[in-house]
Amino acid sequence: MIRELFKALWKDKFARIALVILGIIYVSLFLADFIAPYTKDFSDRTMAYVPPSKIFTIDENGKFSKPYTYNYVREFDQNTLEIKYNLDRSKKHYIKFFGKGQPYKFLGLVPAKRHLFTTDNDGRIFLLGTDINGRDVFSRLLFGGRISMTIGFLALFVLFPIGLLYGGISGYLGGKTDMIMMRFAEGVMSIPSFYLLIILASILPSGMTSSQRFMLIVLILALIGWAGFARVVRGMVLSIKTEDYVQAAKSIGASKLRIITKHILPQTTSFVIVAMTLSVPSYILSESGLSFLGLGIQQPDASWGNMLKEAQEFTNILYRPWLLTPGFLIFVSVLAFNLIGDTIRDVLDPKSKVR
Amino acid sequence: MDTIKYIIKRILQTIPLLIIVSMISFFIIRLSPVDPLAELKLNPSVSPETVEKEKARLGLDKPIIIQYGKWALSFARGDLGITSTGEKVSQKLGERIPNTLLLTTIVILLTWLVGVPLGIIAAVRWKTNLDRILTVLTSIGMAIPSFFFAVLLLMFAVKTGWFPIGGLTSPNFADMSFGAKFWDITHHLILPVIVLFTISLAGLQRQMRANMLDVLDSDYVKFARAKGVSEGVVIYKHALRNALNPMITLLGFEFAGLLSGAALTEYVFQYPGLGRLILEAVLKSDINLVMASLMMGAIMLVIGNLIADILLIITDPRIRSKS
Repeated sequence: MIRELFKALWKDKFARIALVILGIIYVSLFLADFIAPYTKDFSDRTMAYVPPSKIFTIDENGKFSKPYTYNYVREFDQNTLEIKYNLDRSKKHYIKFFGKGQPYKFLGLVPAKRHLFTTDNDGRIFLLGTDINGRDVFSRLLFGGRISMTIGFLALFVLFPIGLLYGGISGYLGGKTDMIMMRFAEGVMSIPSFYLLIILASILPSGMTSSQRFMLIVLILALIGWAGFARVVRGMVLSIKTEDYVQAAKSIGASKLRIITKHILPQTTSFVIVAMTLSVPSYILSESGLSFLGLGIQQPDASWGNMLKEAQEFTNILYRPWLLTPGFLIFVSVLAFNLIGDTIRDVLDPKSKVR
Repeated sequence: MDTIKYIIKRILQTIPLLIIVSMISFFIIRLSPVDPLAELKLNPSVSPETVEKEKARLGLDKPIIIQYGKWALSFARGDLGITSTGEKVSQKLGERIPNTLLLTTIVILLTWLVGVPLGIIAAVRWKTNLDRILTVLTSIGMAIPSFFFAVLLLMFAVKTGWFPIGGLTSPNFADMSFGAKFWDITHHLILPVIVLFTISLAGLQRQMRANMLDVLDSDYVKFARAKGVSEGVVIYKHALRNALNPMITLLGFEFAGLLSGAALTEYVFQYPGLGRLILEAVLKSDINLVMASLMMGAIMLVIGNLIADILLIITDPRIRSKS
């Protein structure tokens, strides 16, 4: 089935483009240590808010040359009271491909030094400029993407089993249990989800390690979405439980839990796949919103949301537009997920075949 | 008569729901290790007597169930306590809730005015280029993170100076004539409305398109066409009415989504709404304010769903006969 699904996706023009884009994004995130010229925590305090490095391929005599770049120097203009960044044209810094740069551990395991591109030791290459701490935005985009692009999936893998089981039990048992369980789910759904999200995030104790915080954010995101999902599952279970094979399973004495998990829930698979792909984007957006407010992933860790936090200041929006790049990446990946989700729905949801 | 009975039944159903919501929010907030009165105690302008009064009101020395009971009772009586700056919570909410309602109502009206016709057009011109372009455009609208879009618009406002930067009113609002006041508020509302409109249009347009396609495929539409009824009458008289019904259910969901989406937008635009209030309250860990605004958000959502259901009862006779 997965194969057919993939074929159908590849046939659709938009879905194919979306798949390719997401493929590129995920591969680069996987190879982030290698592609990024700097490590996540590298900072050069003298280079705060430096604009993107200019890369030259034609030298001052008008001849082709190996690509090189100049460093920026910060100058304070006494008259206009502005800080200006000028190119220091006294020294060329050639770009070295597969050169040795900062040491890192590839995937946290294999120690390595080579990067896709670097410059010499006193040169700096900032493809997308730097932030307030003089950290390379391009490198942090890659490391931040690892968090932003996986947190949604992780939340879904926590949320879906909970929702499935909850909806399954509620629908199968029926009666009073069903009523109580559903009222509770409706209660959770009646709280505006973003309000709930920020409140849960704000009661997280401070002083956690970054991985603990990451796990808890995943949990919180999962806590938001399970109720709505459980309600839909319950509706499906109500109609499935009258089927003959369920009666058959009951008559041979299968336990209730077994009937729910082995006979009823598998019937909802195609719905689950559709619902999952359609909800990945909303979790990416929730995480970035949360981090944008400073309640999600915290510094010095990077995520696309918390990198955008700096865009809250007017001076940054106006004079340092490169700080907005994480927003475009969120946009592109959410768009890609949406396009894929739409196509998957068209393939798996028989009702939508009319369309 | 039946309709009224059903509506009353539906209204009564919201009461247990609100009790459940209040329990969930109360226990979530009490899970936090934060001392609910910490901010109040630190504030020198709040007298120790007020702190004591709050302590007694919240019953902080008693077990949590009694605390909940006390809190729920005083909430039902309309006493929401005071904020960490010593103001009355109810007054603060009274200032903010109308602003959020104003914003969301305008957005809902606009999305319906634009989304429904666009949905119809897309369904009627199904699989033509126009349909595809509309789908792509709405996908783009859906994918922009609301806060990012808000930041971009703010950048636009700062650069061009065409729009005021944040807030709901200008500093000299009090001295304006009525017309000028109206224009001032409209001027401030334009950007936040654009953001929320863009992100919520997509869902509505798609739903309308899907409903319309379903209905256009149904037997009675085929029959009407076979009878030789003109295409315009088929679409606007037979199909549209039936396609609109499920949309009313969506109204409740839309309202819920808007309340959430509005929080970030309000934050970026410094719009004095409920979403920003709750955010500020959360960041300052102002427990009374958080609790009250959480409940208010939930109440607004429940009422929104209630209105949608009642509208549905009025428009769809099938539901009445089922009950």
